[in-house]
Amino acid sequence: MDLILDGILQAFRLLFTLDREVLGIAWLSLKVSGLATLISLVLGIGLGTVIALTSFPGRKVLVSLVNTGMGLPPVVVGLFVSILLWRNGPLGFLELLYTPSAIIIAQSVIATPIVMGITIAAMQNLPANLRLQILALGATRTQLVFMLIKEARLPLMAGVMAGFGGVISEVGASIMVGGNVKGYTRVLTTATVMETGRGNFDIAIALSVILLLFCFLINYLLTLIQHRERPR
Amino acid sequence: MTTPAKVLELSGLTVQRGGAAILEIPAFSLNEHDFVSLIGPNGAGKTTLLLAIMGLIQAGGGFSLSYRGSAVDSAAAQLAFRRRIAMVLQEPLLFDTTVYENVASGLKIRGVGGRELKERVYAYLERFKLVEMAKRSARKLSGGEARRVSLARAFAVEPELIFFDEPFANLDPPTRQALTEDMDRVIRERGIAAILVTHDQSEALRLSNRVVVLHAGSIVQDGTPAAVMNAPVNEFVANFVGMETILEAVVLANHEQQMTLKVGDHELDAIGEQQPGEEAYCCIRPENVTVSIDPPYSTSARNVFKARIVETAPFGPLLRLRLDCGFPLTSYVTRESFAKLGLIQGGTVFASFKASSVHPITKR
Repeated sequence: MDLILDGILQAFRLLFTLDREVLGIAWLSLKVSGLATLISLVLGIGLGTVIALTSFPGRKVLVSLVNTGMGLPPVVVGLFVSILLWRNGPLGFLELLYTPSAIIIAQSVIATPIVMGITIAAMQNLPANLRLQILALGATRTQLVFMLIKEARLPLMAGVMAGFGGVISEVGASIMVGGNVKGYTRVLTTATVMETGRGNFDIAIALSVILLLFCFLINYLLTLIQHRERPR
Repeated sequence: MTTPAKVLELSGLTVQRGGAAILEIPAFSLNEHDFVSLIGPNGAGKTTLLLAIMGLIQAGGGFSLSYRGSAVDSAAAQLAFRRRIAMVLQEPLLFDTTVYENVASGLKIRGVGGRELKERVYAYLERFKLVEMAKRSARKLSGGEARRVSLARAFAVEPELIFFDEPFANLDPPTRQALTEDMDRVIRERGIAAILVTHDQSEALRLSNRVVVLHAGSIVQDGTPAAVMNAPVNEFVANFVGMETILEAVVLANHEQQMTLKVGDHELDAIGEQQPGEEAYCCIRPENVTVSIDPPYSTSARNVFKARIVETAPFGPLLRLRLDCGFPLTSYVTRESFAKLGLIQGGTVFASFKASSVHPITKR
């Protein structure tokens, strides 16, 4: 019990004294996962909308694949991104392995199916005739897509939350493609694993508290936006 | 009298679903100021027709559409055409935003902004009595309010032609009445042509100058409301427009359109063009059949039959009487008359109707 209490106290001390290393790790986590979420939003909402609005042979198989991808194990993603970026791998010439970019790529791969799956579901949940109504109002195809995305914005925000939550808290892929290099690719989750392994529970708890705080703040912010979006 | 200008003309319209044709309309046109009621049973193709005109569903090859003389034959022409017309669907399908933004949506799509947008939106909010709820969420409106917003949204783009696909289905009668009046008022004020899909025949009679009956994807009758209601072209239309009595008959004589027809063992007088020997259906609207206890000596009705009341059933504010005169006949009476005449099920009455109330249709 003392161990946890001491850990929490130490965590707050590290936080309030703005420990340089802890803040650096936190900032990198936010940057990497934020960028990965942004990339997954562009890809996920774009592709998800196309899949939701079109019909083609094999669509059901594709949707099932996307849904399976929503639960992609991070270590599997880590493994394949590592192979791709390995010195002798197909993208080895880019020399991205063990860089923050590698983590962004891996996390984007994890988050994109999550955002895509939620986008497809959100679009399919819109009233069936809404598309006809928008076109009947004189919309072009582009206007139609933007208006549908706007209509589905509240469930899509849930997609943002799920995507960000999924990547900021994953550890497997980040450690495999980032390598947990101090001051370079060390993020909150990989640092927590390392400090726990070393028995530095206070630092590990501090990092976990920051991680939880990020998750809470992002979700709180999006919940606020969702509520403001629905006029009374 | 000048012929009204054609607003819309189409030809060769076919729509297929699952390999079968669900709509086949060789030709259809709409004149300036036409208010057409499109009636027909479920699945007749009413909505499909409107969607095909708007280019919202794929029509078969050979379909051509022209609007005010210009062919609507490319994607650009179709978009331009859609931006000159409006359509109100059965569900209100409002956007998840305020009432104001909903009414503004069609205008914003057309690139209208700034002061003009605000002025035009408020003009229609006022017209449809929505100013007070402009800032309310469209998701929190009652069914009637939502329909009102969808009307305002459609009219706000000031269309030259407007389509309504059963816009007031599932509403209570007073709300429906009020919305129908609002819709009719704005259409007449703006002098635009309209097509209304409706199941309510009294609405079709009251609002439109033309009724088009669709059955199994084809137009079976296109005429004035009076012509469709009183002179249906076939048994289907007669049934559909509420000709509750449809009798099989043979023409016995025709002297200058004064006909005598044989129905079972009885003879009926009617007005029509069928010649002796021809087989025909005799259609009689229940509201044209009068019921009395004694034989109506002073009536101008040429057809008087002694009948037994087989069944009585409520029909809105009236009672529907199924009569047996040797052939089946239906009549409506008010509840007051029913009580006053002392009518009872199984009782005997005299049923009378004029020769002009019998509409003969040649049997094909």
